[in-house]
Amino acid sequence: MYVDKSIDEIRTSLDNQEVTGKQLFKEAIDKAKEMQPIYNSFVTILDEYQQTKGKTVLNEIPYALKDNFSTKNILTTGSSNILKNYVPVYDATAYRKLKEAGAVLVGKTVLDELAMGGTGTTAHTGIVRNPWDKTRLIGGSSAGSAAAVALGIVPFALGSDTGDSIRKPASFGGVVGFKPTYGRISRYGLFAFASSLDHVGTFTRNVKDTAYVVDVLKGQDEKDMTTLPDDSISYVDMLENEIKGKKLFYIKEACDIENYSDSSDEELLETLKNFHDKLDQLRKIGFEIEGVSIDKNLLNAIYPAYMTISCAEATSNNANLTGIQFGPRGEGKSINDIMFDARTKGFSELIKRRFILGSYILQKENQEKLFLNAGRIRRMIVDKINELFQTYDGMIMPTSGGIAPKFGDKTDQLSDRYLILENHMAIGNFGGFPSITIPSGFVNHMPIGINLTGRVKEDGEVLNMAYKMEEILGMKNIVAKGEKHV
Amino acid sequence: MYKVVIGLEVHCELKSNSKNFSGAANQYSSDPNTHVATVDLGLPGILPVINEEAVRKSLMIALAMNCEIPSYLIFDRKNYFYPDLPKGYQITQMHHPVGTNGYVMINVDGEDKKVLIHDTHLEEDTASLDHFGNFSLIDYNRCGVPLLETVTEPCLHSAKEAIAFLEALRSIFLYTDTSDARSDMGQMRCDVNVSLMEENAKELGTKVEMKNINSFNNVKLAIEYEIKRQTEILEQGGKILQETRRFDTEDMCTYSMRSKVDAIDYKYFIEPNIPPVKITSKWLEQIKKEIPKLQYERIQEYMTEYGLSRYDATILVKEKSTAEYFEKALQEGGDPKLVANWITSIILGHINKYEISMEEIFVTPKMLIDLIQMVSDGKISSKQGKEVLYQALQEEKEPIKIVEESGMKQIGDDNEILKLCNEVLEEQPQAIEQYKKGRTNILDFLVGQVMKKTKGQANPATTRTTMKEEIERR
Repeated sequence: MYVDKSIDEIRTSLDNQEVTGKQLFKEAIDKAKEMQPIYNSFVTILDEYQQTKGKTVLNEIPYALKDNFSTKNILTTGSSNILKNYVPVYDATAYRKLKEAGAVLVGKTVLDELAMGGTGTTAHTGIVRNPWDKTRLIGGSSAGSAAAVALGIVPFALGSDTGDSIRKPASFGGVVGFKPTYGRISRYGLFAFASSLDHVGTFTRNVKDTAYVVDVLKGQDEKDMTTLPDDSISYVDMLENEIKGKKLFYIKEACDIENYSDSSDEELLETLKNFHDKLDQLRKIGFEIEGVSIDKNLLNAIYPAYMTISCAEATSNNANLTGIQFGPRGEGKSINDIMFDARTKGFSELIKRRFILGSYILQKENQEKLFLNAGRIRRMIVDKINELFQTYDGMIMPTSGGIAPKFGDKTDQLSDRYLILENHMAIGNFGGFPSITIPSGFVNHMPIGINLTGRVKEDGEVLNMAYKMEEILGMKNIVAKGEKHV
Repeated sequence: MYKVVIGLEVHCELKSNSKNFSGAANQYSSDPNTHVATVDLGLPGILPVINEEAVRKSLMIALAMNCEIPSYLIFDRKNYFYPDLPKGYQITQMHHPVGTNGYVMINVDGEDKKVLIHDTHLEEDTASLDHFGNFSLIDYNRCGVPLLETVTEPCLHSAKEAIAFLEALRSIFLYTDTSDARSDMGQMRCDVNVSLMEENAKELGTKVEMKNINSFNNVKLAIEYEIKRQTEILEQGGKILQETRRFDTEDMCTYSMRSKVDAIDYKYFIEPNIPPVKITSKWLEQIKKEIPKLQYERIQEYMTEYGLSRYDATILVKEKSTAEYFEKALQEGGDPKLVANWITSIILGHINKYEISMEEIFVTPKMLIDLIQMVSDGKISSKQGKEVLYQALQEEKEPIKIVEESGMKQIGDDNEILKLCNEVLEEQPQAIEQYKKGRTNILDFLVGQVMKKTKGQANPATTRTTMKEEIERR
């Protein structure tokens, strides 16, 4: 078995001709098919190997792509009924770059419908299960990509991250999840959810592999006006840089155990204990880490502001799904009836709820109070973090307040744990900050993660710090065994 | 009588190689769906990329209309569902348009008027729909074509003023070469708002909007119909409903489409995929330099500096190419009034007759000046000059050559004329007698005889003077 190894190891085996690209592809699709009945990570598993001629380290390396990247002549569903038969006519820039680099696409992975949702349970093809415990969810929206990497089907996969859609499932799956600075990787061809928050990012099993993949993906794209000018540096080359004296902060209101002294939430307490233990270990290798205070009202406003902005943008971004240009044609006497029918049948209830919210938020009489205020909150939070980044090189936080929930578990959406610990990662999307989640240990035999967020454009610095942390956290290259279908 | 208040919203498609936000060609084609990119179809994952040329052209128009220009352009989304709008939203400018608070000068019946411009903004055109019995067809060729929408303040007070503004606006597009502005091809379309108010009222009356009127003449008819309709309602003590009406080109009437309560909430918000476009002062200066002298300025100049009548000046500036021809002729040393006269009386007639443009005619300004000079110098008569010009335009031949080859020249030589006069007097002794008896008008007959001998080539003025002198000497 090679596909559950690191890119460096697979590369060596390829270069030594121990294995061919075709064999790797076969290995990956066999494993994908083997795991599919239980974990359901894929919408499409490809069956034909295409010979590659890439000149990069990724040549002949198999990978998976979230099913919201446009892939010419390959079904791309957004995990929604309204696109269930949609075959794109063009390639997303990220996909094109990987193709040119020689990487081999194995399949398209399941997401929460149209990337909206954080559970991996709302796709039109059914729920995705957690490779570490099939009674638990893997999280979303990039559920299938997280599961495929966690199961060792592929060494890397692409996802998209609008609030935490890469970094949350990465922590629930015990893998590395990274979203770079907004504009570092082109969004052209990524089905838009909330354009001002959407990021293309990666899943890998170690930080160096993340750097390999991002080195290929990054760069200015004339098709995406929001892309940054090329920084012309190799993030892989920066990994070994010295980190002694790097200063990090965590938010006391969210992370101090004293804040939860009357809580009976054992899982939360254990997660926080792991977090502080790990911070101590990181201090030993030279990181300077301290807690800072941020106004709790501001922190509590992250989630509502995120929902407000993302629902509003999503309503508009998905207005192209009418069944007129493409997709299942609705029925009806008038053109409005036809579009109405297509959208009624094509979206699940959850999506319709978000669209109705978004539409309400954008209405003339509500815009000022809801949409524009949410934008102001976003700005206040980003300003606060940027102010802290004048002193600190990064923000370090527990990715989540606990392990992956069981299907059907109810959460109190107004609790501190939910409002802050489960949703702080939207800060990375608000400000377009580079942000990475790395596995940091196990609680109740399930993986948990630590999240590191850095200054805008300092993707290389964030990967460098994460790479050094990974050595200490001791969870590098872990693979979930997964249960085979019998 | 009520005071009429009119505001216009004029959409004009800009010229460019590609569409406003995609790489598809911005080109009229009768073959449907031949100029379409993925972006125009609103396929999942597409992103808009702003067309710099369209921005440049819209800035040029904004400057030509004396607008304030923001330091950053920002684009917004206008959200609504319609099959001609594949993305489900139109990219337009709501909050920071290319130009605001400008004005355009017009002249109506000899009086100058400043038409105030609320704003002008850059957006994308929609697809075009063809409706048949129980189905409709969509042509995406037009979808995404850069469209500049210019909105006036409600400051126009008659159909005549509205048309004068539309013509002035069209001339700005044509003079700056930013659009062909052809309403017959849908490149220029107009929404018209009309309201009536009591002569001394302080507040505007209730406005009625008429959408998408596609010719200047229909704008005029729609306004006139609306004034009549609203006047009748008000005179009967009725109230005007705030609504959108459709102008029907079959019966020239307007019909209600939807009332204000059904007005669509477009849920405008900033387009997140287009970062603010910085407008540097350097860029603006450069664009300013590229704006040619416009129609209104040229009319002023022709009247005050060259002493032309408003009528002639207006004819000369109607097309930029004519104005340029005229000015070039002046640079060649032509007399403004004479040049204007030759252009308006002969050259424009020729152009209209053959439906060609000024650029297509063979006679250059230099040739015209040479011809006018020959007439002024008395080398040929002005009647001959006109014939030569017609011939030059028709046969594409240099006027000087025509004169030389036909042997056409005016006999201006004094000795030659003297000799001819005496010849005629020898032949007509009885005419001398009659002249002496006081029938002085016989002189015309004698001059005519000289002309006959010379086939009209003798200079009539010289002939007349010489003949008079000779007859009196006898």
